[in-house]
Amino acid sequence: MQASDRFNINSQLEHLQAKYVGTGHADLNRFEWAVNIQRDSYASYIGHYPMLAYFAVAENESIGREHYNFMQKMLLPCGLPPEREDD
Amino acid sequence: MATVDPEIARTQEERKKMEQQLASLTSVTYDVDLYGNNRLEDYVQSIPVHDEDENADAMENDVARKLASYTAPKSLLKDMPGGAEDSGDGFRRPQRIIDREDDYRRRRFNQAISPDRHDAFAMGDKTPDVNVRTYADVMREEALKREKEETLKAIAKKKKEEEEKKKEDDRETAAAAQPAQKRRNRWDQSQDQVDSGVAKKAKSSSDWDLPDSTPGIGRWDATPTPGRLGDATPSVRRNRWDETPTPGRLNDSDATPAAGGVTPGATPAGMTWDATPKMTGMATPTPKRQRSRWDETPATMGSATPMSGATPVAAYTPGVTPVGAIDMATPTPGQINLRGPLTPEQYNLMRWEKDIEERNRPLTDEELDAMFPAEGYKILDPPASYVPIRTPARKLLATPTPIGTPLYSIPEEIRGQQFDVPKEAPGGLPFMKPEDYQYFGALLNEENEEELSPEEQKERKIMKLLLKVKNGTPPQRKTALRQLTDKAREFGAGPLFNRILPLLMQPTLEDQERHLLVKVIDRVLYKLDELVRPFVHKILVVIEPLLIDEDYYARVEGREIISNLSKAAGLATMIAAMRPDIDNIDEYVRNTTARAFSVVASALGIPALLPFLKAVCQSKKSWQARHTGIKIVQQIAILIGCAVLPHLRSLVEIIEHGLNDENQKVRTITALSLAALAEASAPYGIESFDSVLKPLWKGIRSHRGKVLAAFLKAIGFIIPLMDAIYASYYTKEVMFILIREFQSPDEEMKKIVLKVVKQCVSTEGVEAEYIRIDILPEFFKNFWVRRMALDRRNYRQLVETTVEMANKVGVADIVGRIVEDLKDESEPYRRMVMETIEKVVANLGASDIDARLEELLIDGILYAFQEQTSDDANVMLNGFGAVVNTLGQRVKPYLPQICGTIKWRLNNKSAKVRQQAADLISRIAVVMKQCGEEQLMGHLGVVLYEYLGEEYPEVLGSILGALKAIVNVIGMTKMTPPIKDLLPRLTPILKNRHEKVQENCIDLVGRIADRGAEFVPAREWMRICFELLEMLKAHKKGIRRATVNTFGYIAKAIGPQDVLATLLNNLKVQERQNRVCTTVAIAIVAETCSPFTVLPALMNEYRVPELNVQNGVLKSLSFLFEYIGEMGKDYIYAVTPLLEDALMDRDLVHRQTAASAVKHMALGVAGLGCEDALVHLLNYVWPNIFETSPHVINAVMEAIEGMRVALGAAAVLNYCLQGLFHPARKVREVYWKIYNSLYIGAQDALVAAYPALDDEENNIYSRPELIMFV
Repeated sequence: MQASDRFNINSQLEHLQAKYVGTGHADLNRFEWAVNIQRDSYASYIGHYPMLAYFAVAENESIGREHYNFMQKMLLPCGLPPEREDD
Repeated sequence: MATVDPEIARTQEERKKMEQQLASLTSVTYDVDLYGNNRLEDYVQSIPVHDEDENADAMENDVARKLASYTAPKSLLKDMPGGAEDSGDGFRRPQRIIDREDDYRRRRFNQAISPDRHDAFAMGDKTPDVNVRTYADVMREEALKREKEETLKAIAKKKKEEEEKKKEDDRETAAAAQPAQKRRNRWDQSQDQVDSGVAKKAKSSSDWDLPDSTPGIGRWDATPTPGRLGDATPSVRRNRWDETPTPGRLNDSDATPAAGGVTPGATPAGMTWDATPKMTGMATPTPKRQRSRWDETPATMGSATPMSGATPVAAYTPGVTPVGAIDMATPTPGQINLRGPLTPEQYNLMRWEKDIEERNRPLTDEELDAMFPAEGYKILDPPASYVPIRTPARKLLATPTPIGTPLYSIPEEIRGQQFDVPKEAPGGLPFMKPEDYQYFGALLNEENEEELSPEEQKERKIMKLLLKVKNGTPPQRKTALRQLTDKAREFGAGPLFNRILPLLMQPTLEDQERHLLVKVIDRVLYKLDELVRPFVHKILVVIEPLLIDEDYYARVEGREIISNLSKAAGLATMIAAMRPDIDNIDEYVRNTTARAFSVVASALGIPALLPFLKAVCQSKKSWQARHTGIKIVQQIAILIGCAVLPHLRSLVEIIEHGLNDENQKVRTITALSLAALAEASAPYGIESFDSVLKPLWKGIRSHRGKVLAAFLKAIGFIIPLMDAIYASYYTKEVMFILIREFQSPDEEMKKIVLKVVKQCVSTEGVEAEYIRIDILPEFFKNFWVRRMALDRRNYRQLVETTVEMANKVGVADIVGRIVEDLKDESEPYRRMVMETIEKVVANLGASDIDARLEELLIDGILYAFQEQTSDDANVMLNGFGAVVNTLGQRVKPYLPQICGTIKWRLNNKSAKVRQQAADLISRIAVVMKQCGEEQLMGHLGVVLYEYLGEEYPEVLGSILGALKAIVNVIGMTKMTPPIKDLLPRLTPILKNRHEKVQENCIDLVGRIADRGAEFVPAREWMRICFELLEMLKAHKKGIRRATVNTFGYIAKAIGPQDVLATLLNNLKVQERQNRVCTTVAIAIVAETCSPFTVLPALMNEYRVPELNVQNGVLKSLSFLFEYIGEMGKDYIYAVTPLLEDALMDRDLVHRQTAASAVKHMALGVAGLGCEDALVHLLNYVWPNIFETSPHVINAVMEAIEGMRVALGAAAVLNYCLQGLFHPARKVREVYWKIYNSLYIGAQDALVAAYPALDDEENNIYSRPELIMFV
């Protein structure tokens, strides 16, 4: 950790990661970042009702169904994690 | 026979008297040994009668009152060094705990660190080893001790009786006119008649008392001494009796005495081993015990201890002062080594002696030459008879060789000779103080560590770590603490606590050291968890004294440790450890145990402890147990406050029978506990107290003295909980007792009565009429007397109570009764009257006061004000101000008289009087304006103006304050003297360095600059500007702030150019503080006069090729954009080139300051359409993200945050993406850091801006929803 980090929020990186799940670090791989992106996106769609309505119209589903689908997709949004090469 | 009868009656009477005296010593009514000479001490220690007392910060109160005329942040005032206390060498000396302890607290040294106890949980069903102390053993020992105490008391009593009888006999013989000679014979005879055993026992009793008076660590044999490392290992516990001094050991104990160690020769009375015979049923000690154990041969010693399992607890050793070689008059340097540890006192004494000798040594010829003039003096030959001392030994005595010359000279290095330099600790260990040798001395023996057994190595390791924690530098301490914590389980509870706890009993311990050691215990406890069980009592003995420490933080620490301890050890172990102490004979032990139990209750929950408490409070065996049990309830109430409410009923039920206890102390503590419970639960929970109302109210009729006081206190706290009707009824019930006790001469009773009256009076149900008729006459008759004003606490309580009454019965009744007393001849009494009147009128206003009373009041106040001789607390001043302000316009007829007084006093010889008069003007200025006395004020203004030559700064400050008050109310135009005369007079005063003067002066000048700048020529303002620059250096923030604001006003008044020129020049000065303030001032000028008047000159100044100036300009820009906010949008394009340059500068500070300017700019113009300039600036900011200097990187990160707000998260994310997966880890780290703060700041906004990722074989990364289109 750098000397400068003592003064800002990154000083408690672990704490930060625990509090904000979507935050990243230097060892994050493509898959993990993508999972965060996907989950953030679904959360955002669900959170903004007009977006949800828009998707409902586009997919010809009820808003409730869309809501449910997005919630479901937040589990494993990108499928199973790829095999680790190094381990 | 008839003639004998009256005689007998007389003697009987006398005897009774004597017995009463004796009873005061031995019986339970009042125990001097336990309670000290002042029996009320006990009261205050348990619950203060005045709650404020404990919490009030004396410093804060005093200062607040004294400095009422000007204010400062309290924290600053608190920080003021307490001049007298400072030792003068610039830093506070470490404080030894023992130095500030009173005798009662020092009794902690009487406690012994008891041996480990049996852990029933760990052992399971196994029968404990005979050598292990079980709960039963401890209880038995306690019982023995009690029995011993009782016996001793009985013996003392019996002896007294014998003496009585003897005297009686004497008198009889005297009556029979026996010859004197014969009577002496009788004396002798009777002496012989007295059971010789009794005499000896009496002597032994005094021996037992002895250890009580002298502090010292109890168990000499439990204290690990350096020389006896091996012995101290737990395995040897079984053999403790072998540790009794053998001839060989005598040397040893001489060499390494423990604190309070037993020196040979001191009578080791009261050793527990000599209590053993008792256990076998012998109630009285055998004569053999009188012999000192030191006289006995080791062989007898061994056989004299037929004890099997029970090892003794708490061996009282006569705690002699920690011995060094105190009787050696002149310590030799070599003496300070392991074998003769010095106490710090001796150490200092030695240093001091050497110092004195050095100063007093004879002067040399050279020195004399240097001192005397060359002419006029003649060197005489020594007389013929003079022979210089030749014998070296005598010479040594006669003329102590100086160790150094008075001036500095390079000392000659003498190798191999150790002066009083303590032997250096090997292996990077920290410095050891002389008193540490007995604990850590072993570390100095440079033994080969490999040769030691693993156990010994472990001990050594622990010692090293502890020494580092205790005396080491902060980094050493930190690592040592961490190691101790990490390896706690590996070291084991026994070795750890055997090392730590004796250290905490060290008599010379300092606050800081204790704090550190307590911290060690805390950490270790956490790790050891259930392993601590056998050591619970040991730890408690050391930690409990913290609970009654006068230092708040020590108390908190103590509570924390005990709370953690109880969580680690569990309730059962805690109770088992503490139960024996509950009826300990020593009140100190019971007191601390009660407090510790309350902590346990708060840690483990009250319900868990309730059954135990119930049993203890009903103990039939001893009143002490009941007393302590009830005290635990009291302490619980005090500790956890309103959290007692759920358990209130059960707690009250547990203690209620104590009100009718046969023992008076138990009754008292019960009442006090009820008071504490009621106080804690207020305003709820009256229904829980239903059952005690009757005994309480009945009790006040039957009790007297201390018990009555306690009962009244309980009632005082219960009444406010009641409904109005009941409160009224019960108040009436108690009131006649209270009124009776109004006359009590007892101070404590008075205070309690006053407090109870206050509580009763303030409850809803008590009618004003009732108070007026039934209470007031008696109250004023008994309490409003001069004597009450003399004691501070009485004074305060009386004022509070009277104010409370006034709240019920109104101003007129109270003020009418005491207003005459404003002319009383006693000044403290007048002050008390004044304070009461002040509070009453401030609370209730003056509408009740009729014309007659008003006249009396003003008259009295003027009299009291004029007659005062000292008013440190400003009571008179405040009172005067409050009355005048509440009377408002009604005061108009008296104003000329008041002003006359003020004017007269302004001319007084005493500075205090002048200051007070000036302060009074600032208090009443507003009222004078209301009364339309502008002319009078103008007159006062002129008078004050004339006094501006005042030389006392305090007075001058007050005069300036008064002028300010007048200017504020009558305005600039009507002010006399006219502003144009006043201000030039103030300019030189600005030079004054006194804070009060500075503050008042700058306020006044600022006010004039704000409201009446046009009355003064610009030249004068410029002159003031120069003075103000100096004031930017003031220590007080308030003054600096006022100065900066004044710059703004002046710039507004005379135009910014000249002021700005002055300020910009000031950027060149060296002093950082000054430059910072200047930059702030520039920014303020820019804000008040619009930025365009300032920016050109400011930017022009950036061209000066000087670091300080450029940085100053940048900083001004930063402040400027912070202040002007969205006004910045008009100037952003103008300053961009300058910032470009700054952000590319080689100097770090340039970039840092420029980045913070960019931040403020971005935040100011967010959403105002300046994105183009901002993106441009971001391009310059971005390359700085790899800076490592903390301030720079912080500024850069904040600038980027600012950009996120102004440009949107998406724009910044695009900057970020390039580095998130950079091959270099260092780069990735920085970019992820930025990403994270972006994410935390604007997570939702990022969703739309994330890059589109392509799917891989098994994983879907794309977000098809975002490309949907209707």
